[in-house]
Amino acid sequence: MSDIFPKWTNSLPLKVGIGAALLGTFALGAVWYYFTPKYTRVGYKPTQPVAFSHDIHANQLQIDCRYCHNNVDKSWFSNVPAANTCMNCHSIVLKDSPKLELVRQSYTTSKPIEWVQIHKVPDYVYFNHSVHVSRGISCVECHGQINHMDEVYHAKPLSMSFCVDCHRNPELALRDPKDVYNLDLKVDAEKQLKSGLKLAHDWKVNASQNCSACHR
Amino acid sequence: MASEAAVSTGLPKVQAPPAELEREPLVHHNRSLAWITNQVAGVAEGRTPKWWWPAFLISACGTLMLFTMVTYLISTGVGVWGLNQPNAWAWDITNFVFWIGIGHAGTLISAVLFLLRQKWRTSINRAAEAMTIFAVVCAGIFPVVHTGRVWFATLPGYLIPFPNSNGIWPQFRSPLLWDVFAVSTYATVSTLFWYVGLVPDLATMRDRAKSKLRKFCYGLFALGWSGSNRNWSNYEKAYLILAGLSTPLVLSVHSIVSFDFAVSQLPGWHATIFPPYFVAGAIFSGFGMVLTLMIPLRSLCKLEDLITVRHVELMCKVLLATGSIVGYAYIMEFFIAWYGGNPYELDVFIKNRAADPWIFGPMFKVDPAPYWWAYWSMMICNVISPHFFWFKKLRTSMVFVWIIAGFVNVGMWFERFNIIVTSLHRDFLPSNWGMFSPTWVDIMTFTGSFGLFMTLFLLFMKFLPVIAISEVKGVTPQADPHHPLGGAKGGHH
Repeated sequence: MSDIFPKWTNSLPLKVGIGAALLGTFALGAVWYYFTPKYTRVGYKPTQPVAFSHDIHANQLQIDCRYCHNNVDKSWFSNVPAANTCMNCHSIVLKDSPKLELVRQSYTTSKPIEWVQIHKVPDYVYFNHSVHVSRGISCVECHGQINHMDEVYHAKPLSMSFCVDCHRNPELALRDPKDVYNLDLKVDAEKQLKSGLKLAHDWKVNASQNCSACHR
Repeated sequence: MASEAAVSTGLPKVQAPPAELEREPLVHHNRSLAWITNQVAGVAEGRTPKWWWPAFLISACGTLMLFTMVTYLISTGVGVWGLNQPNAWAWDITNFVFWIGIGHAGTLISAVLFLLRQKWRTSINRAAEAMTIFAVVCAGIFPVVHTGRVWFATLPGYLIPFPNSNGIWPQFRSPLLWDVFAVSTYATVSTLFWYVGLVPDLATMRDRAKSKLRKFCYGLFALGWSGSNRNWSNYEKAYLILAGLSTPLVLSVHSIVSFDFAVSQLPGWHATIFPPYFVAGAIFSGFGMVLTLMIPLRSLCKLEDLITVRHVELMCKVLLATGSIVGYAYIMEFFIAWYGGNPYELDVFIKNRAADPWIFGPMFKVDPAPYWWAYWSMMICNVISPHFFWFKKLRTSMVFVWIIAGFVNVGMWFERFNIIVTSLHRDFLPSNWGMFSPTWVDIMTFTGSFGLFMTLFLLFMKFLPVIAISEVKGVTPQADPHHPLGGAKGGHH
């Protein structure tokens, strides 16, 4: 045997075994970290055709979310406003700003601005905005502190476990429906649990956990 | 049977026992230990026999066909198969259960017969275990590809449980998940068992190897086996432990496969007899396949002295015993369907299965069952055919045994088809009834799986010793110190 396998090969199986175990652990860790929406989606921040700042509009000027996204509490879809909504103010404010050239163009031609969609659930997921915001789930739960974003980015993973975690423990996110659009509201954890449980009870919040709740 | 030939090898001072008290030997013609090594190792060492190439070519084409069909299925969708509501399972699960069942002979021969000290297992266990592994490989393909989007089947927790970004786990209460564990455990333990048993023989192959490459390859897998006392002692212990681990698997794997059906509430599936009936059926089908492979193998590779007529006969007896259990189960299932008083269950048995156009249909005054031909193919192949083996003359005719083994293979495939399709195609709602017919993709996938099975088996016999050399030597009289021919008597060792 020694003519094919020299003596040093005796320890080879052990070394290979340890090496494979380490490599396997490393590969597993890498997949764990890099292959989930927490890594692949959070932080996505495409350049938009118009540099619209949510920070200026929603935070500094305190415009309600529903001024622009006016169907969010009525429809499954949170609409992006047409240019005429912008022109309500911008026909007077900054009416000649070059930054708003595309908005004015869209207003006159009726061709929508081609915004880049950031938050997107897969085709096989049904998500309804109105049912969430009307029952006390604030915009920030999924979109993060969007009122402080100069440019919008993907703040939360929106993975399946992101949805399911909340559906399993809705009391951790439920707030009084009148505070849904108060994006800066801070509630301490203990109070949140108490009020969340009460709200879940009073509003009969029954966050469905079966597959067909979202996969219809 | 201490024959005259033995006199030349030693000086048996002890008188040989009378011939009639000795059992027929497991190795014929009193072959020497060296002959056994030469003959078995020679199959893998010598020139490739002429018949091997066409056989391999056909099998390899089958394998290619299987892979093409699987690729087509995955890239297009499960709609390329003929299954659809109400027959959501059809050939896919039929083929899965068929192949998994075939594997059971290997485990039974290697583990149970080992623990029961059945010495005749030694010349068939290696090939039967190899067959087990190859059958499990074929079986594993079907449940994975039938999920359609196979990347979901393995990745985010459809089959394999692990914490994932979907926040879900497989359904631990479902027998389908138990099946994943049962089959993967089975594949792992069978492979380990097979490999451990191979180590001493791989060392033999290594020591006989002429070329450097062969020496390296066999040497690598022989794990530095030197045949020392310590090697053997560790080996025997490991083998015994693995035999102990495999034994419950003989019962558990097919019991759990049967739960896939029995735990549901569909008439025709929901039966408590399923686990033992499936296990008996699995062993029955496994021995059918072992015989189908072994009978040509022994004559093509000139191994008639090692795989003797007695071996074949004993396997026929196993077929007879398990076949009778299976037949009993079929009849008992029918009886319970009537005795249980559930009209739906009785309808499955009479109106969907047994009512043929000529005898039972008119007898029960019902229309012929749409799948009566499948039911009666199964009954004839599985219930009637093994009973020829009551006759020694038939058990010892190789051609006849081979033909009956073929019937068993066909019958056991039909059994699974019957259970699955005839139960599904007519459920509680007549508006939901519908027939199943396979598409060309179904047919080519199934045929292709035989190609894969045969390719693997042909490669196995081309490169590995098809018989456990060291174990067969252990059951020869020469290895028994109490036998007139054996041990160190005569001081020749």
